[in-house]
Amino acid sequence: MKRKDLYTLLAIALLAVLYPLLVGGNQYFISLLVFLGINGIITMGLSLLMGYAGQISLGHAAFYGIGAYSSGVLTTKYSVHPVGAFFIGIFLSALIAWLVGKPTLRLKGHYMAVATLGFGEILFIVFNELSPLTGGPSGLSGIPSLMIFGTPLEGAMYFYLVWAFVILLLIFSLNVINSRVGRALRAVHGSELAANTVGVDASRYKVQVFVLSAIYASMAGSLYAHFVTFISPSSFSLMFSILLLMMVVVGGAGTIWGALLGAGVLTLLPEYLRGLEDFEVLAYGAILMIVLLYMPQGILEGMRSLLGKVKGLGSAAHE
Amino acid sequence: MSEQILRVQGLWKSFGGLRALESLDFTVSVQQIKSFIGPNGAGKTTLFNVLTGIYPPTEGTFEFAGRSLNGLKPYAIARLGLSRTFQNLALFGNMTALENVMLGRHIRTTAGLFSAGLRLPGMRREEKAIREEAMEELRFMGLENRAMMEATSLPMGEQRLLEIARALATQPKLLLLDEPAAGLNMRETAKLSETIRMIRERGITVMLVEHDMSLVMEISDEVLVLNHGKKIAEGGPKDIQRHPEVIAAYLGEEAGDA
Repeated sequence: MKRKDLYTLLAIALLAVLYPLLVGGNQYFISLLVFLGINGIITMGLSLLMGYAGQISLGHAAFYGIGAYSSGVLTTKYSVHPVGAFFIGIFLSALIAWLVGKPTLRLKGHYMAVATLGFGEILFIVFNELSPLTGGPSGLSGIPSLMIFGTPLEGAMYFYLVWAFVILLLIFSLNVINSRVGRALRAVHGSELAANTVGVDASRYKVQVFVLSAIYASMAGSLYAHFVTFISPSSFSLMFSILLLMMVVVGGAGTIWGALLGAGVLTLLPEYLRGLEDFEVLAYGAILMIVLLYMPQGILEGMRSLLGKVKGLGSAAHE
Repeated sequence: MSEQILRVQGLWKSFGGLRALESLDFTVSVQQIKSFIGPNGAGKTTLFNVLTGIYPPTEGTFEFAGRSLNGLKPYAIARLGLSRTFQNLALFGNMTALENVMLGRHIRTTAGLFSAGLRLPGMRREEKAIREEAMEELRFMGLENRAMMEATSLPMGEQRLLEIARALATQPKLLLLDEPAAGLNMRETAKLSETIRMIRERGITVMLVEHDMSLVMEISDEVLVLNHGKKIAEGGPKDIQRHPEVIAAYLGEEAGDA
């Protein structure tokens, strides 16, 4: 891992440890950052897929849904232990991602985006129509909280659980990026043909990273289900897939940090705009437009180049 | 007769109605430096693209170290030990020079997604070895102090050398160089010819497509001349220079251009 990444990682870990204390255990602020963490887990996976392997998925809400419904259905209807349900969700997501990715990722271009779009819609219908299991459109309630040593994990404790996942998956992702596999992925993103001629089996790595990103989304889904204890299909619609994509793009698809930042901005922004009431959507849209117009590489790169310019001006003024 | 590493028989390649390669036969011997020359559009780069699996041949067979390459994907061909550079350079701009060469070690290493993500001890050892071997190749090309620079920020001449370093990192048996001297000045070209000889010293066979005739004539053991996709001459550099058809092809091209 690069030194700069390590410091950023430590800073995030430290903030995560202190946060519940800083907000004085305020449940609203804690749950905000739980959602941020959950979204961040998905966008990290998406960033590996988009920013490093150069593929777009419009179906990640579905993998999120598979994780959430696996946890929800298996724990409520079949009394499966939450940890078991968590892993079953991962297994299902990985298997489905492999089945969807294997044929589509061999093709070049936007087949992947179209295939995942279709797949996401199919899953959305399944969540709605499989009502004996999923509760249909009215949702599935009574999902048990996670227990540890006989006490339920709630509030700050759940926050720590989610952020432990965020940090561990962040480390995992950074390790992948700075490895043989990461170099292969970046090469595929740079030029698939050139990557191929130095011996990288491009489609194999694209499938692997797609499966990995599906696993991240499934983990996030399970964490979500046990946190809110009630899930319904509307949380796993195409709109959410698009929102996830937006998070990655707004933050900056080029790096894993951009994906986290984007998850942060788009999770928190609606909360800050709530005071605008009827104008909330308008302001939200305007902010996104401005970001994409003036920072097409995402907020992270935008900030970096802005900082560079300010520094440049500063040193010019000195002379 | 020395051992042959590459045997091409009856190779045809057409794009729609255009015949890019026509019934081409030739062999390359181990540790030979064999050059492919000819006017623009003669099919030299097409030949390299077919050999490295980028285009499937329309007809014909090619055997590399006793194995047929027909129908193999580019990455599988690279794995067998056939590596190349590109006329238009194919370095990865989103990586440093060192990382580009480290990528060349990809096919000789094995760490997967999970051992990389968890940084298992085996993966760490392998990663360290990859880094050292890549540095070794950079040093061989005289680029060691460029290791941390972004690959595409290097001057053209160094980018060409870097691409050779990356190709060498794959441990090829046969190295295909597509116009390595294009864009190099005279001093750099002289150094390149020295480097190609040193590559041969390492036991690697070299196939060269090049327009710089003095370089070709200086270092080649054998030269094959292509014109309109057909072989019109093959032999030692001296014989080729005197070959009437070769002279006609080159003079004809100039007359055609005028």
